[in-house]
Amino acid sequence: MMRKTATPTNPLDAELLSFATAAESSQKQKSKGGGGGESGETGDGPQKLAKKGEELKEEMDALVDEIDEVLEENAEEFVKNYVQRGGE
Amino acid sequence: MAIPKVMGTEIEYGITVKNDRDFDPISSCVLLVNAYREEHAGEILWDYDQENPLADARGFQVDGEKYTPNQQENIARNKTLENGARYYVDHAHPEYSCPEVTNPHELVVHEKAGERIVEFSRREANTLLPGNAQMLIYKNNSDRKGNSYGCHENYLMDRRTSFKQIAEHLMPFFVTRQVICGSGKIGTENRSQPCDYQISQRADFFETEIALDTMVKRPIINTRDEPHADREKYRRLHVIVGDANMSEYTIYLRNGATAIMLSMIEDGTISEDLTLQDPVRAIKEVSHDSTCTAEIELKNGKRMTAVQMQRLFLEMAEKYAETRETESWTRDVLDKWTFVLDALERDPRELGREIDWVIKKVMIENFMERKGVDWESPRVQMLDLQYHDLRPDKGLYYLLERQGQVERIVTDAEITKAITEPPEDTRAYFRGQCLKRYGGEVFGVNWDSISFGVGEDPIKRVLMAEPLKGSKAHVEELLEESQTTADLVKNLRA
Repeated sequence: MMRKTATPTNPLDAELLSFATAAESSQKQKSKGGGGGESGETGDGPQKLAKKGEELKEEMDALVDEIDEVLEENAEEFVKNYVQRGGE
Repeated sequence: MAIPKVMGTEIEYGITVKNDRDFDPISSCVLLVNAYREEHAGEILWDYDQENPLADARGFQVDGEKYTPNQQENIARNKTLENGARYYVDHAHPEYSCPEVTNPHELVVHEKAGERIVEFSRREANTLLPGNAQMLIYKNNSDRKGNSYGCHENYLMDRRTSFKQIAEHLMPFFVTRQVICGSGKIGTENRSQPCDYQISQRADFFETEIALDTMVKRPIINTRDEPHADREKYRRLHVIVGDANMSEYTIYLRNGATAIMLSMIEDGTISEDLTLQDPVRAIKEVSHDSTCTAEIELKNGKRMTAVQMQRLFLEMAEKYAETRETESWTRDVLDKWTFVLDALERDPRELGREIDWVIKKVMIENFMERKGVDWESPRVQMLDLQYHDLRPDKGLYYLLERQGQVERIVTDAEITKAITEPPEDTRAYFRGQCLKRYGGEVFGVNWDSISFGVGEDPIKRVLMAEPLKGSKAHVEELLEESQTTADLVKNLRA
């Protein structure tokens, strides 16, 4: 008799799934190699490069702001109180 | 010829409860692992009869007391999961030991599934906490106050390879490996010289070269000789020197490169003598230099950088792969290893999508630059910690992943499947399937055994001394033909 797989059954399922979907969509965004090794020079002109630099900077600004938003409040107290027992 | 590198990791997570003055790590861990509910996990014992953590690979038994909990405590602290993993309380930390896998890709899949399982149970546990108390979990190795917890890798090795040989060749590899797989941290600990940011979470804690201990006087090479398999044929190399990684690329490279090294040691193809003058000192020198240009001293008087030493190991590995039949994933690991060393030689900051210590450092530096703060800022130190936070919405590694800022190795579909399904090509398949099919009749489990108990019948223990037997190809038919564990035991004997 084959028992049914006990997949976790509760509302969190949906959350975990949405977690997966969010991450999966990001995978499609970009992938710049990391070992595959294409080193193609695109030969963009200086104007185009400057524009690209500007875009990258804006993207980074937005990312840093997003990080700042989710950063734990009361960082000082939190970091101070994070004490673990040695393990292993 | 080198034997297949069956492998796995054991991750100890950091745990805290926010807004709880009486936070007790042990009871929090028990709450956490019991919040993860699979059908029969609550009734199955971890079989301590099969354990011997005091055997030393150098050929002796160390004095000490073996830990054996009573039955109730055993069940409360240990969960064997249907994916073949063990999820349990180890001292004051939750720990997830993934099932045995045969390659670094599957290793990433199952280590990542472990993160999801711990996060899943954290959310469940939170619903049981009073008031605004909130449990938080971190996949890192240090509280930055001198306390460390581990991330251990295990690799199956041929017993015929002497431990002395293994230790000699691995020492310089382990001291320098951190440049390709450190997780990075702000500052130093354990009386080390101060620095702003270092490559490894763990380097400061290594105080000796070779020993059995894992909790005090930590050794770079651990001698635990507990193969969890046929001891005449195998060893299990227990690696305690690594960091817990968030990046899939880093985990993949860490396990892949190490497994190749071990095969080379088994085949006796390490030709260069890179013995270090003082490994304990060198591991810190390498870690404290995030430019990767510091030279460390070899026994022969030469001085080399960690990247140069890794390059020599890589060159030997390339030759090895050219002249021998190696595992199918070897080529891909060698390509990634090359890519990473090339970048480290030019400018480590190029690895801001691949390697944890760089990903985190670049993220922190971007933040500091834009917010006008420095390494001393509590917010910056919070970034360091929160990079390892398991909450998908708050964990900064996950945030970068969601934004497409890091390279991935596996898909979310693979990870999701591994939450409930064991690997198909090791004995973890048999273990996991037995739990799925006969969960109510499973009495106890260890890595190399599973025992069944029905009613008043004597307990029957099935031994699994061969890590590659018990795979789907071996046992699927047997399982299909066995309605009950009585059938299973009968069919096994036939």
